[in-house]
Amino acid sequence: MPLYELTAHELHEKLKAREITAVELTQSMYHRIGAVEEQIDGYLTLTEEGALESAAVADEGFQRGDEMPPLAGIPIAIKDVICTKGVLTTCGSKILGNFVSPYDATVMTKLHQQGAVMLGKTNMDEFAMGSSTENSAYQTTRNPWNLETIPGGSSGGSSAVVAAGAAICSLGSDTGGSIRQPAALCGVVGMKPTYGRVSRFGLVAFASSLDQIGPFSKDVTDCALVLNAICGHDPMDSTSADVPVPDFTKCLINDLEGVKIGIPKEYFTAGIDSEIEESVRSAIAVLQGAGATIEEVSLPHTDYAMATYYIIAPAEASANLARYDGVRYGFRATNADELGDMYRQTRSQGFGEEVKRRIMLGTYALSSGYYDAYYLKAQQVRTLIKSDFDDAFEKVDVVVTPTSPTAAFKIGERTADPLQMYLSDVLTTPANLAGLPGISIPCGLTSDDLPIGLQILAAPFEEEKILRAAYTFEQNTDHHRKRPKLSSK
Amino acid sequence: MMLVDFSIDIPSGEQNMASKYETVIGLEIHAELSTNSKLFCNCEVKFGSAANTQTCPICLGMPGVLPVMNQRAVEYSTRAALGLNCKIASYSKFDRKNYFYPDLPKGYQISQYDLPLAYDGYVDYELDGETKRVRINRIHLEEDAGKLVHADVTGNPNQSYVDFNRSCVPLLEIVSEPDLRSPEEAIAYWRAVKEILEYVEISDCNMEEGSFRCDANISLRPVGSKELGTRTELKNKNSFQHVLTALEYEEKRQARILDEGGEVIQETVLFDINTGRTASMRSKEEAHDYRYFPEPDLVPFEVDAAEVERIRASLPELPAERRQRFVAEYGIPAYDAEFLTATRQMADFFDETAHLSGDPKASSNWIMGDLSGLLNNAGIEIQDTQVTPDHLSELIQLINDQIISGKIAKSVLPDVFETGNPPKQIVDEKGLSQISDASAIESIVDQVIKENPGPAQDYRDGTQKAIGFLVGQVMKATRGKANPQMVNQLLQQKLSG
Repeated sequence: MPLYELTAHELHEKLKAREITAVELTQSMYHRIGAVEEQIDGYLTLTEEGALESAAVADEGFQRGDEMPPLAGIPIAIKDVICTKGVLTTCGSKILGNFVSPYDATVMTKLHQQGAVMLGKTNMDEFAMGSSTENSAYQTTRNPWNLETIPGGSSGGSSAVVAAGAAICSLGSDTGGSIRQPAALCGVVGMKPTYGRVSRFGLVAFASSLDQIGPFSKDVTDCALVLNAICGHDPMDSTSADVPVPDFTKCLINDLEGVKIGIPKEYFTAGIDSEIEESVRSAIAVLQGAGATIEEVSLPHTDYAMATYYIIAPAEASANLARYDGVRYGFRATNADELGDMYRQTRSQGFGEEVKRRIMLGTYALSSGYYDAYYLKAQQVRTLIKSDFDDAFEKVDVVVTPTSPTAAFKIGERTADPLQMYLSDVLTTPANLAGLPGISIPCGLTSDDLPIGLQILAAPFEEEKILRAAYTFEQNTDHHRKRPKLSSK
Repeated sequence: MMLVDFSIDIPSGEQNMASKYETVIGLEIHAELSTNSKLFCNCEVKFGSAANTQTCPICLGMPGVLPVMNQRAVEYSTRAALGLNCKIASYSKFDRKNYFYPDLPKGYQISQYDLPLAYDGYVDYELDGETKRVRINRIHLEEDAGKLVHADVTGNPNQSYVDFNRSCVPLLEIVSEPDLRSPEEAIAYWRAVKEILEYVEISDCNMEEGSFRCDANISLRPVGSKELGTRTELKNKNSFQHVLTALEYEEKRQARILDEGGEVIQETVLFDINTGRTASMRSKEEAHDYRYFPEPDLVPFEVDAAEVERIRASLPELPAERRQRFVAEYGIPAYDAEFLTATRQMADFFDETAHLSGDPKASSNWIMGDLSGLLNNAGIEIQDTQVTPDHLSELIQLINDQIISGKIAKSVLPDVFETGNPPKQIVDEKGLSQISDASAIESIVDQVIKENPGPAQDYRDGTQKAIGFLVGQVMKATRGKANPQMVNQLLQQKLSG
């Protein structure tokens, strides 16, 4: 089996046994990237030189026989919304087209400490706003399962490169489903940890109270390994939680005896593709077979989640994106003759349509006279959504739902209809509003051979319960072993 | 932005129209906290550094950065708030104030909107011997912006630069109620706040460096009216004199408008120190909508009541209390107490001198008189002189022990000021001790009586004041070193004997 098809934990064994070197592994990854990237277009920047240097450092450790961390020498791709020192960090936007970050995000520092190898930066919807990666200012990433379909978004580059074997693992960010939805659509594992679990320092902000960094991987074990590396309190992020981080590999138990699973009825209504519902229902049966008890729960305010999300996220974004003004870095329009005009021209030319739409929405929602009706009301509804989950988790350990109402759709199919596009995240945004951890794991394929994702949610800081359920599902099925039939060049 | 000149000519002799209108002024005072590092990052706070050297990705508003609260700034703010008699909020939060300007790197300022950290305070200040009170509405903490460098420095009218050294420096905003009734009251209140902030040591209140500035709102209303008139706002002043002149001008301008049946327009006015006039600073968008919303990057914070009490206990005695104590404990006049508490350092100096010398009134006289004179001439503050409370109390004791006369002491102090040597050493080295040996003085007294038979006879005949002349002659003969009281006694004995 080619190296690119292996998982991080399998590769770690090979590195440790010195069957392969990290440099060989890295070179083989760039070879794979060379073979498939033309079809996928998942990367915006490749960092081969730095990657080979990191790999060489990891090799020295392996050769000395040091106790090496699980991610040492493991090739990882990074969503271009995470700041990487000395490397372009564009956020998929023209306005940061020339922005080289002067510092590393905390997650990057943690990955470097592990000896992980960064292959490059992945494509994304501009400033993480979108569900198809079509809002990138640079390129359209294609889903490795069907090159005519989108990979999901906004972390579509990160999910596509893992699915295509062009990275072993990757990091994405999830504000309303931007890890889980592309993971579902690309047939990989993607997890959004609890809000506050992973430092946001160096994650370019879209919606500060919702954003969270998380991993993409081929299986749940790798997911746990990356979580081990990136979680933890960071004094540089006031919202990062000062709670102990368990060893997430310890909860990978193939058994659900005594575990209660809740099925929220509001997540199985009209709009869910029947093939997806079927697949998720049979996944639930698998979990039940492994010992879990199944119980219906209600999350009555689910219907309001989308509206709430599309007030809060754009409101925060409208302020977060104000710094891109052409004054200090990034793109500046050259055809302006005074300050106000410079701002208008820079931002009109530098931002794409969807970003501008959300800045307008958010600015409006915060405006004097509208604040109470929109932003304040949305915050109140957010509290209700959160208490729905609090109630549910009184009764059950995890909640299981489909990740996305549909499988990957055709490129261009929804670009003309923003509302239709927003509905891609209808099942994922509630977890962001409530700050919950959530995972999407592969649970089948549609008749068109497109992946289907199973979403598992838990109460804040109960990632272990999610990982246990996901691992058990994985051990009892082989959906996670399915790979797209990409023709290599 | 456009400047509209709406200056009016007010003849210098024109009567103040204050009789018809009541002036209402409120101040928003901004004080930079003297913490070592900035409000949300670890950059050093240092005035006068080369442009943009005290910066990092956080205070430059780079993508992906997050603010982390400087706990020292919260502590300093609490000290200030307690010094200004405010209540400390048990629950407080930060908000984003959104607007675009090149000196504002994030496109929003992290400030406090509806839950400031302190509220409901007051300041008592003295004006013309009267104690007045201003209520403080609220005190909040925010980050300062950077500073634009324009054509006067760049030399190019088409080019401006931004210096972000000041960006993110902690700034306290103290908002008064509109309780001030004249420009003079506004200045007296502003000075009182400065004094308190200096006393609690949370800001150096350096007006030239811009670390202490204020915005003033002024309106007029008919005497007796309860309703507030339309106000104008004067922005960002860092000089007492400018504010005084600007407010006086605005007062007259508004009175003129009202007299003519016109309406004052609510706006920000710009004061030109060169012309002594204000002009409208109308922005194209009439009212700014700052779209405040809670800062999601900072968690709301609770100030622990025990911590507040700890800070309260650590506060020094404030100027008003100290004035009262000086009068009560040392028996000095209120005027002296006012003078001596103008700065914490001077009050400390007096306290210590009065204590050491056991002679508060003399201590006060020396500090307010000769020492202040020397300080003024040298252009320095009391904490910068070589004269110490030890020195001054030693000098006072030398007088009280009749080793030197007050007159000699006046010549000794400048020497202490110059050299930093103790007064006793100077007196010894220069041989300035008074002659208190009766036999030595007696011979000179005899000599003087002999040489001045006329005045001597006058005294014997009952002209009391003639003795003054004779004392003078003895002092002259001893070059001022004879103990004047002893001379007096001896003369009286001899002439009545």
